[in-house]
Amino acid sequence: MSDVILQTRGLTKHYGGVHALEGADFTLMKGEHVAIMGDNGAGKSTFVRQITGVEQPTRGEIHFDGARVAFKGPLDAREAGIEAVFQTLALADHLDVPDNLFLGRERTKWNWLGPFRRLDYRAMHADTIAALEKTGVKIPSIRNTIQNMSGGQRQCVAIARTATFHSKLTIMDEPTAALGVQETAQVENIIRTLKSQGEPLILISHNMRQVMDLCDRIVVFRRGRICANLRAADVTGEEVVAYITGALTQPKYAVDGVL
Amino acid sequence: MTGATLGTGGLKYDHAKRHRPPELNVFLALILIVAVFEVLGQILPYMNGQSFLFDTQGRFDSIFNEARLKIIILQVAIVGIIALGVTQVILTGGIDLSSGSIVGATAMIAMSFAQVAEVNGSPNTRAVFFEQGWVDLPVLVPVVIGLICGLVAGLINGLLVAYTRIPPFIATLGMMVTARGVAKWWTMGQPVSFPTDSYAAIGAGMTPVYIFAVLAALFYLVMRHTVYGKHTYAIGSNMDAARMSGINVQRHLTLVYTIAGALAAIAAIVLSSKNLTAQAGMGVMYELDAIAMAVIGGISLQGGRGSIIGTALGALIFGVILSGFTYLRLDAYYQEMAKGAIIVGAVVLDQWRQRRAAQRS
Ligand SMILES: Nc1ncnc2c1ncn2[C@@H]1O[C@H](COP(=O)(O)OP(=O)(O)OP(=O)(O)O)[C@@H](O)[C@H]1O
Ligand SMILES: [Mg+2]
Repeated sequence: MSDVILQTRGLTKHYGGVHALEGADFTLMKGEHVAIMGDNGAGKSTFVRQITGVEQPTRGEIHFDGARVAFKGPLDAREAGIEAVFQTLALADHLDVPDNLFLGRERTKWNWLGPFRRLDYRAMHADTIAALEKTGVKIPSIRNTIQNMSGGQRQCVAIARTATFHSKLTIMDEPTAALGVQETAQVENIIRTLKSQGEPLILISHNMRQVMDLCDRIVVFRRGRICANLRAADVTGEEVVAYITGALTQPKYAVDGVL
Repeated sequence: MTGATLGTGGLKYDHAKRHRPPELNVFLALILIVAVFEVLGQILPYMNGQSFLFDTQGRFDSIFNEARLKIIILQVAIVGIIALGVTQVILTGGIDLSSGSIVGATAMIAMSFAQVAEVNGSPNTRAVFFEQGWVDLPVLVPVVIGLICGLVAGLINGLLVAYTRIPPFIATLGMMVTARGVAKWWTMGQPVSFPTDSYAAIGAGMTPVYIFAVLAALFYLVMRHTVYGKHTYAIGSNMDAARMSGINVQRHLTLVYTIAGALAAIAAIVLSSKNLTAQAGMGVMYELDAIAMAVIGGISLQGGRGSIIGTALGALIFGVILSGFTYLRLDAYYQEMAKGAIIVGAVVLDQWRQRRAAQRS
């Protein structure tokens, strides 16, 4: 039991009448890399938003690192050690790279000033350079605002953000969706580094090769429900696709009348 | 750090070719407008070659027409103080229509605690709190009470905007009407006059300008160098991102509107002191003047873009234009019409710049 880093039980999210996520039982072991796959609108991002405190689930339990948690906001989740790259990237367009990397957890001086504490630009600048070098991201000037960057560069900034802070769990929601070949390889290297360091990861991706290469396990979502839990080594790409499209469902996940 | 350097990942980057700071454009616009008035003064036959900017009659030590320059900055200093707060609100992507009315209400309330006991040797029985004996109070009393008025009004604005789904436009419109009502109700429409000497000193001479300058410098530092400033920009830039990054958006918005209210209160105290009287109609339309200063100074109404320096320059442009109209002896009616056109023009310019920026990226 102590090997489990994250576990959800009956995690459910309804948006008004939309049942975006329904009774998700999900377990992630320490050091394990799990992929979440599923068609558009299957509820993958919704799942991520519940466990990162961005939204509050309608029902269900989340256990993280041995304790039941109910994050009130994303800051709670981050302080508990969950880092996420959101599909929407969550970057502020008019701010530059260091500002975005440290948004919400700025390096500061004069902390007695409360909300008016002073930003330590120098420290953030240095840490940003280090983080970008670690991830091999190509950005001409980190003083450029995000709005002047390419989609891939933006994605790199968002990924570098998770790499900057040491975490207990990293979640990436389609991190390579806008990236070129080289950048994708770079991000996959980051993921491999996490693996070798024993850091657990949840990777959401539509890229079958990537998932098969990088992940130990594949959890398939369909219409808000988990419909398969597969060991990557045991299945072929075609089988996974069959689960995604609904041609196959693992018996233990079959729900009458819904699937 | 000069010339081309390497960014991360080996891309070349030329620091010398960084984008011109937008404030520079505003500054150039200021110079251009001054030049236009100067030239018009020389060209228009009825002006008799009078100069807008320069001292042609040897009245001052410097080459400039100091009297006009002083009037310009004095004219804009008080609304400029309001504009500092309005700027912060607009940077979050909001708007504050209540500042002019907060000026009215605060001026009335603060002034009624600043009245003297005797006028020309006879008791000032018309003082609002004469019967209670609250006259000749230390200057700190009206100042603190005035600040509290502004803080409370701003806090209500902030709570409405942050915790209900009411758009800022509506929430502050409500406050605009309410605060004006408070200003009239406070003395049933009677003006409040005869402040103590120490209260009158707050807005005497050029002090409003110094107060504006100090506040502008302070908020320049706050917006540029503190977490408060960074989060203000982040919220205006992408509210969802700010929320996902763990910024307490609701609390922050409340704080921003509260500060804007406090700055309106400071303006009210300075204004009533300068005029030696407070009237229920004080500060009418100041909110629009303040918004105009911010917009002229390059603060984007969509939020997230602009700076305090821009607003200060915008205030100067505003003052120069008003003063220029007087200088050209144009009717006050034309001033009002021009003001309206300037506001719309500045917003159109901003939209156009935004679109161009979007096309570039
Ligand atoms: N805030 C919301 N309000 C209402 N419905 C929502 C909201 N967010 C998501 N949904 C709905 O919930 C469902 C699941 O959305 P989600 O974003 O989790 O899909 P996804 O699996 O991440 O898809 P994709 O692969 O396209 O990213 C969709 O039908 C979506 O329309
Ligand atoms: Mg998604």
